[in-house]
Amino acid sequence: MASSVNTSVNHPYIPSTDSERAEMLDVIGVDSLDGLLGDIPVEHRHPKLDIDAGLSEQELSTVFGSIAAENASSSSGYISFLGAGSYSHYIPSTVRSILQRGEFVTAYTPYQPEAAQGTLQVGFEFQTIICQLTGMEVANAGMYDGPTAFAEACLMAARVTKRTKIGVLSTADQRLPNTLMAYSKYQGIEIVEVSPDATEIPDDLACIGVQSPNFFGEIEDIERLTNLAHANGALSVVHVNPTALGMFKAPGEFDVDIVTAEGQPLGVPMAFGGPYVGLFACKKAHIRQMPGRIIGRTTDTKGRTGYALTLQTREQHIRRERATSNICTSTQLIGLMVTVYTATLGKQGMKDLASLCYQKAHYAASEINRLDGFSVESLDSDGTFFHEFVVSCPASPSQINASLLDKKIIGGLDISDRSDNGMLVCVTETNSKADIDKFVQALSQIGASA
Amino acid sequence: MTISASAGDIDRRLLMDRSVSGRKAFTLPESDVPAQNLPDSSFLRDDVELPEVSQLEVIRYFSVLSQLNFSIDTNFYPLGSCTMKYNPKINDELSNLPGLADIHPLQPDETVQGAIRLLKDLQDDLGEITGLPGVSLAPLAGAQGEYAGLLIARAYHNAQNDSARTVAIVPDSAHGTNPASAAMAGLEVVTVRSDDQGNVDVENLRELANENTSVFMLTIPSTLGLFEPNILELTKIIHDVGGLVYADGANLNALLGLVKLGDLGVDICHSNLHKTFSTPHGGGGPGSGPVMVTDELAKFLPKPVAEKIDDGYVLATPEMSVGSINGFHGSFSIAARAYAYIKALGLEGLQSVSENAIISANYIQAKLRDKYDLAADRYCMHETVLSATRQKKRGVAGLDIAKRLLDFGIHAPTMYFPMIVDEALMVEPTESESKETLDHFIAVMRQIDDEIDSAPELVLDAPHDLPVTRLDEATAARKPVLRWTAEL
Repeated sequence: MASSVNTSVNHPYIPSTDSERAEMLDVIGVDSLDGLLGDIPVEHRHPKLDIDAGLSEQELSTVFGSIAAENASSSSGYISFLGAGSYSHYIPSTVRSILQRGEFVTAYTPYQPEAAQGTLQVGFEFQTIICQLTGMEVANAGMYDGPTAFAEACLMAARVTKRTKIGVLSTADQRLPNTLMAYSKYQGIEIVEVSPDATEIPDDLACIGVQSPNFFGEIEDIERLTNLAHANGALSVVHVNPTALGMFKAPGEFDVDIVTAEGQPLGVPMAFGGPYVGLFACKKAHIRQMPGRIIGRTTDTKGRTGYALTLQTREQHIRRERATSNICTSTQLIGLMVTVYTATLGKQGMKDLASLCYQKAHYAASEINRLDGFSVESLDSDGTFFHEFVVSCPASPSQINASLLDKKIIGGLDISDRSDNGMLVCVTETNSKADIDKFVQALSQIGASA
Repeated sequence: MTISASAGDIDRRLLMDRSVSGRKAFTLPESDVPAQNLPDSSFLRDDVELPEVSQLEVIRYFSVLSQLNFSIDTNFYPLGSCTMKYNPKINDELSNLPGLADIHPLQPDETVQGAIRLLKDLQDDLGEITGLPGVSLAPLAGAQGEYAGLLIARAYHNAQNDSARTVAIVPDSAHGTNPASAAMAGLEVVTVRSDDQGNVDVENLRELANENTSVFMLTIPSTLGLFEPNILELTKIIHDVGGLVYADGANLNALLGLVKLGDLGVDICHSNLHKTFSTPHGGGGPGSGPVMVTDELAKFLPKPVAEKIDDGYVLATPEMSVGSINGFHGSFSIAARAYAYIKALGLEGLQSVSENAIISANYIQAKLRDKYDLAADRYCMHETVLSATRQKKRGVAGLDIAKRLLDFGIHAPTMYFPMIVDEALMVEPTESESKETLDHFIAVMRQIDDEIDSAPELVLDAPHDLPVTRLDEATAARKPVLRWTAEL
């Protein structure tokens, strides 16, 4: 049977010409492609497919231009006050520039360390930076995203303590326990809610999982909760916002066992939710239970320093069904962005950034709190919130957001399922005072007519 | 002190060793709001220990590091099962457009109609290519796609009050994530043998399949680069006992437009967008591993799923969804790249991808089979698994050959996998490489075989001219140094 594939297709992504293909088929010893497909049941070969014809690069750019134009974003004149796990931050030119390096972008996982020292040294820098930010002893080279890192941390705590009940603070983003649920559903794990004010916990918990700043933007008492966990033989797992670590005490100062975070705020575009990178750090004592890739420093046969993947006997490609996790990525390229971002901001920049976010969020909160019908409860709790705060609105937040949208303002997240008429508002350094004032004024107008 | 004049000497000092107090690479704007009260100082940290370097140093440091890598952009990279094909530059550019890179995942659906439409179109195309129309783009990598697939299988059986099915049957040639994902899904892993042709042993599968079988995990084509000739019988055996068939789509690059998995009795599969659909590997992620299922199983898909309704597009949660397997909606900007790839190639282009990938792999196999043993003596699909058993007898292992290839600027094939093949060297050239590149690779492989007799130390001590020679990985694991410290 002659191949029904059009062998004359000539595409920029495929170099072989008809004559080269014929020459290769001749060497192989078959007349056509179908001579190589004998194992595929003949009645199912070359099915009909409903896929459009290919586009030129120029046509493709036009298609994407119209897709992008159907979305509302800062580039189309909208201002936004959404956070809740994904944050708008300025991304320095250094990050975008290094991200153009094809040598990083188009390399594979560094299984051949001699041919991947660039990727490996970046990963070692990443691990160092995550340890420095969190105050922890060791970090892995990256997980998928924040919630999966948190879920894996709780499962790791279960392995370390040999316990099966996991406590998660009631103030955490529901994405954390939800992802944990999907990860642990068939592993005999029970998830229980723990109040942030709890003074007692069940004595069979594997860990207390704390998010700080929590979903509502408030800083939790990590020290007290960690002591409570330890007094009951449980571990302390703390999920942080890495930007806040430029200002607030690192979890490592409170004897926390495992720290996780969403790495997106550190130089990664919001990009409608991904790809991001999960940050994962822990005490050195637990390292052999840690999931994910780990990069170590060593020497070559000439005594020169080099880097390689290490402690691989934890991983699926060696241990198969007894591995610490099925993960086989470090989301390396996003880790590179985080590394370049943090190196660019540096010691002073991370401090200044956290301060700027804090100042602007508190300014916005105070201004909104002044409005009739609106209140910000977090302002009464020692001001220990970061980035985000809950606005109690005079009407349903979804109605208010609809009115805001008419003014090209994307309001905060409607969290009325968790807080009465609550809107979770996020302010970062990308929101100018003029933006904040415009938002406050719009709320004032909408509030007056509500 | 004399300064070395070698331009080849690379400064490998870490950022913290380059740090000079007071130096900076970036300035933040001054605050434009009135000063706010700071929280109690007991909450605050004194300092963050981070590098202090100039902007040029950031750029030069990372640029020099990048040059220590092999990559598709700079090297032939025939790493089997990884599909190291060309990653079109336009895809990176388009996925970073304003309006795509700067949209927030929790924006109201009506403000992100373009993004959701893109996801819906990509779902449709992937459903069409695999013949499995229910698609969720949520999984963030192949392993997550696998895990999602297993959750769907379990949810399906539970919904039928058939929850005693706790066994996953996995071939001995499977990738390690298969059994690891099965264990996460609470399934007991039972291994089915390969026969002497490299196919799943049909009789062995028949013995193992029973009322406890939840799912049979099959990589198509197999990790040996072979298409299962008995595929219809295998899927029937599993269906006859009430089990489901999950196909690991890691090797989908061999099948575009040539056969649909759904037509073969597959119920669930995943695809690695970072393999078949050309999204960059990034040095180890980010990936994307959409899961595709039959219409019957679509109600169990992980959320979200993009749907078209009367007046636009929405992100929906399937009726009996297995839930959220990560934070938001999956790797959107990876999905955007895959979408661009499919649109650029179109139907004929996609078919041509698989056609050329298969011809290239068979060409290499035909040209090397007199020097290297084959894992299976028959036509392969998109990759060929060689075995260095003959070379091993002459004192050189597959590992040494892999390292020697690096000296020629060619990335090593996948080594020692699949585990059922001694001294395996898995070669996947992909459709992206020209015949000249394939001929060069063939010539180098033949020369290395000659060197085993003429100059064995060239092979045994390789690589010679890379930034490092072979590394002491045993000490790295025994005494782990995993971060910079001042004492380092």
